[in-house]
Amino acid sequence: MAGYLLRRLGQSLILLLLVSVIGFALLHLAPGGPLAQFTLTPGMTQADLQRIAHQMGLDRPLPIQYWEWFRLMLTGDWGRSYRDTQPVLWVIGSHLPATFELMITATLIAILLGTWVGVLGALRRYSVFDYLATVGAMVALSIPTFWFGLVVIYAFSVKLGWLPAGGMYTIGNGSFLDYLHHLIGPAMVLALVTVAIWSRYMRSSMLEVTNQDFVRTAIAKGLPRRVVIVRHALRNALLPMITLAGLQLPTLLGGALVTETVFTWPGMGRLFLDSIGYRDYPVVMGLLMFTALLVLIGNLAADLLYAVYDPRIRLD
Amino acid sequence: MTPASASTEALPLATPRRAGRGVRRFARHRLALIGTCTILFLVLASAFGPYLNPYDDLHIDIVHRFTAPFSGPHLLGTDQLGRDMLARLEKAGRISLTVGFAAMVLSIAAGTVIGVVAGYYGGIVGAALMRFVDAVLCFPSIFLLLALAAFIEPTLLTITIIIAATAWMEVARLVEAQIRALRDRDFAVAAMALGAPDHVIMFRELIPNALAPIVVAATLNVARAILLESYISFLGYGIQPPIPSWGNMLNNAQDYLVTAPWLAILPGAAITLAVTGFNFLGDGLRDALDPRLDIR
Repeated sequence: MAGYLLRRLGQSLILLLLVSVIGFALLHLAPGGPLAQFTLTPGMTQADLQRIAHQMGLDRPLPIQYWEWFRLMLTGDWGRSYRDTQPVLWVIGSHLPATFELMITATLIAILLGTWVGVLGALRRYSVFDYLATVGAMVALSIPTFWFGLVVIYAFSVKLGWLPAGGMYTIGNGSFLDYLHHLIGPAMVLALVTVAIWSRYMRSSMLEVTNQDFVRTAIAKGLPRRVVIVRHALRNALLPMITLAGLQLPTLLGGALVTETVFTWPGMGRLFLDSIGYRDYPVVMGLLMFTALLVLIGNLAADLLYAVYDPRIRLD
Repeated sequence: MTPASASTEALPLATPRRAGRGVRRFARHRLALIGTCTILFLVLASAFGPYLNPYDDLHIDIVHRFTAPFSGPHLLGTDQLGRDMLARLEKAGRISLTVGFAAMVLSIAAGTVIGVVAGYYGGIVGAALMRFVDAVLCFPSIFLLLALAAFIEPTLLTITIIIAATAWMEVARLVEAQIRALRDRDFAVAAMALGAPDHVIMFRELIPNALAPIVVAATLNVARAILLESYISFLGYGIQPPIPSWGNMLNNAQDYLVTAPWLAILPGAAITLAVTGFNFLGDGLRDALDPRLDIR
């Protein structure tokens, strides 16, 4: 176990290094580069630009710039935002909770609804319900998230008036209930894709488990159908879903970005868009690195959790 | 339980259906058919619709702006400038479908070449290439797409390239696995023994045998590219007006959601139709081309 852990950790670190090189190259090789933002200022002369470039170390060779940036990043100094000179990590940290709350809520919806749809689809294979769930999941995966958001706002906010059209709180009302009320719409929209994926995987996982000998044994022993489904089949069918939860992280983060834009939810996605609009390089860079780091950690955690919960898996 | 049914339907928990597999096969094929028809409809409407429509997509008619669909001379209504929605949707369809298709070709080409090289040579080259793929996959594709789109001048060509740049990695993974499995098969070994050069083995021997999954991936990648284009265009970093695309038609739609909801609903419906069509087709193709893959 310890050997495996070390090896996986080593692999992740190498990947992280690669990710940082790609992220750095991406932003610094793009036309304009970090200097582009300053060229927009009126009255900026070439000499001024050169001075700024020198001050920021942008006139040095790229590998040295990268090394400098990477070294500082490891010490926790991710630079300062061009917009308000706040430390990048602090800016990201202040937008993190909103995104996490949204993602966790959407994931909970996906686990509950997706598991239910998937299990039912597996138990009644080839039934009308199963067929509709299959087609429904495929359509759900084809709907642009932001458009679904617009439709939800139109239906539930404009037409029915049940949900607020955006934001996190009603001004002047900061209660938890008000917050939950605002959370329903974006969480529902973000959950759409996740429910679709989750139900598909749950269905095939459940089908695989119900074909195994221990399930047949349980039925042969005369245990009630319900007990076999929940205690024997479902518990085992849920195991591979741990990995899925880890692999879903990039999709969920990308979906959160779009959902937050439509619902003016003050999270990381909004921050990313705003920073791009301002050409706030340090924050854009920081967010790219941060999301990639999250994805890496998610994958690693999923692998390890799977091993912890499934004693059949020996990691060495 | 007869032995015959035990082999395929040994599911004591499930309620077995007779001829279920047949029904499912037929349903899948029908879905693929529906998908094909949808795609054909959208392609034909985008290609020839503008010639049949009396209205021009650029004709501004402020007096008749915000006409609701099915309520006047404009079949699908008009937008905030009084432009005919149907004409705009058709013109936008040309762009969105073309970009989607072109980005698919690019991403499949890039993914296939990288996957073949990595799978055929293996060793350090293969490992390095595949770790690169892993690393790019760590970035959520929309983040990557926006970071690229924001700093590069948006033209039809650059947007297509950028979309392809975020969609080739899965193809590379898929092809690499296929090639690695095919490399040791007799026909490949025979070609090597005959002294065929590497590029002949890779592109004349190995790739034709890995074509089925590539075709499926290509179909699904069109769907994905259309979706990605709509995302960045909606956020304002994709195809720039006055060139219309389904994504950028939705750009300002949220502002008019109360007064003119059709501005938001119609282009989104077009995107959903197109993406669903390609996804149905891809799914059907996967069933048809790979009969082993039954559990999904």
